[in-house]
Amino acid sequence: MPVIEISNLRKTYGQTVAVSDVSFTVDSGEIFGILGPNGAGKTTTVEVLSGLRRRDGGTVRVLGKDPDRDGAELRELVGVQLQESELPERIRVWEALDLYSSFYRKPADWRELLDVLGLSARRDARYGTLSGGQKQRLSIALALVGDPQVAVLDELTTGLDPAARRETWALIESVRNRGVTVVLVTHFMDEAERLCDRVAVIDAGRTVAVDKPAALIAKVQAERGLTRATLEDAYLALTGHEIGV
Amino acid sequence: MSTAVARLTIVESKLFLRDTTTMVMGVAFPAVLLLLLGLAIPGFRDATDDLDGLRPIDIYVPIVLAMAICTTSVSVLPTYLATYRERGVLRRLATTPVGPVKLLGAQLVVNGAGTLVAVGLAVVVGAVAFGVDLPQQVLGFLIALVFGTAAMFAMGLLIAAVAPRAKTATGIGMLVYFPMLFFAGVWTPGPVMPDGLRRVSDFTPLGAASQAMQDAWSGSFPSALHLVVMVGYLLAAGALAARLFRWE
Repeated sequence: MPVIEISNLRKTYGQTVAVSDVSFTVDSGEIFGILGPNGAGKTTTVEVLSGLRRRDGGTVRVLGKDPDRDGAELRELVGVQLQESELPERIRVWEALDLYSSFYRKPADWRELLDVLGLSARRDARYGTLSGGQKQRLSIALALVGDPQVAVLDELTTGLDPAARRETWALIESVRNRGVTVVLVTHFMDEAERLCDRVAVIDAGRTVAVDKPAALIAKVQAERGLTRATLEDAYLALTGHEIGV
Repeated sequence: MSTAVARLTIVESKLFLRDTTTMVMGVAFPAVLLLLLGLAIPGFRDATDDLDGLRPIDIYVPIVLAMAICTTSVSVLPTYLATYRERGVLRRLATTPVGPVKLLGAQLVVNGAGTLVAVGLAVVVGAVAFGVDLPQQVLGFLIALVFGTAAMFAMGLLIAAVAPRAKTATGIGMLVYFPMLFFAGVWTPGPVMPDGLRRVSDFTPLGAASQAMQDAWSGSFPSALHLVVMVGYLLAAGALAARLFRWE
């Protein structure tokens, strides 16, 4: 059953066309990746499906609802972690979770989330004193504290060291295992290959491919006569780049 | 939902209390300045004919109250809001059922309360340390205080609306802060203010507030001009801020 259905999405900012034609569907329980170069329209796409921006064309349904019309209802059901959304320096970890859980009608137990995300030891720490990885984990916790059916996670691992990245990957899988459908925006191909059931590749405002990572890899191998291609090779071919060696 | 608003206000209050700079400069400083003026400057506690038989310290109480309003409104409030926007706090709230407008409301409540505490402290210090009388026209004083604070908060919101970054908000705040204090009479208090300057001061939000409080202190109701000026700024700056404010 599709949880998200986007067809022919279009979004412009004045003269600039951010998204010209994006279509994909996300099924329940999937980890779905949105890949693409910087400025391809990934963030705009997730902002539209989260109800942060109104679309200019196409149809968008999330859990059967239209984000432009039923935004208030969807904000109860969709947890969002956007890039570059921080918290006030002096807020304590538990205060942020307690506060955000009060925003929802049926919140998750934030004490349990604190445990699951390995932040129990930092319960009373101020946001400004957290490491990059801890800030990201708190940010994921805030996206999950409303007990959402869909979690949208944008550029989650950018700026994290390799160990913290791996921890975050494990976490995303555990989120899915809780029954949450995950939409993951990333430009790390290894991350997408490892985590995502399916991905959409967006280039210059259009979806150029929607498939399983393995299928995209098989396709590029067949087309280019390669034997050990990666998702990165497939991605480069799809976005009009030379694969090189 | 109402609990969400209450929690937001509680958390914003805690953050305000943890902000030492704001507590010192915004809440404590007006009372401390009054103490310093009264204790350290010779003649501040002596009645003089230049001030119609009042002491300089009597004249200065409403002026430091104007300063208390000015600090929270154009320095603290816009910097907080612009920082929240720059750090994406408002954007994150926009993805929740609560939305960023309620944070704006919580900030206004917390800064309003901070201003009232600063005002209260200064009035108490004036009364206890120097025997300054309480305002004789109490209703007029409260009206001047509330309207003056509201007009200045609207100015603060306008600064937060036009400043693209937190640093710009602080900068614009400072550019507004000192002229406002000047027109409020910090350097030319009460009867000492030259007439030409007073004419201009009448038409500034803090000048009007300062003079209206001064009037109420000496027993007369604030003048219609000052009330109209304060309400005018509240409406004009408030409407402009609402139009120009960007959540990200």
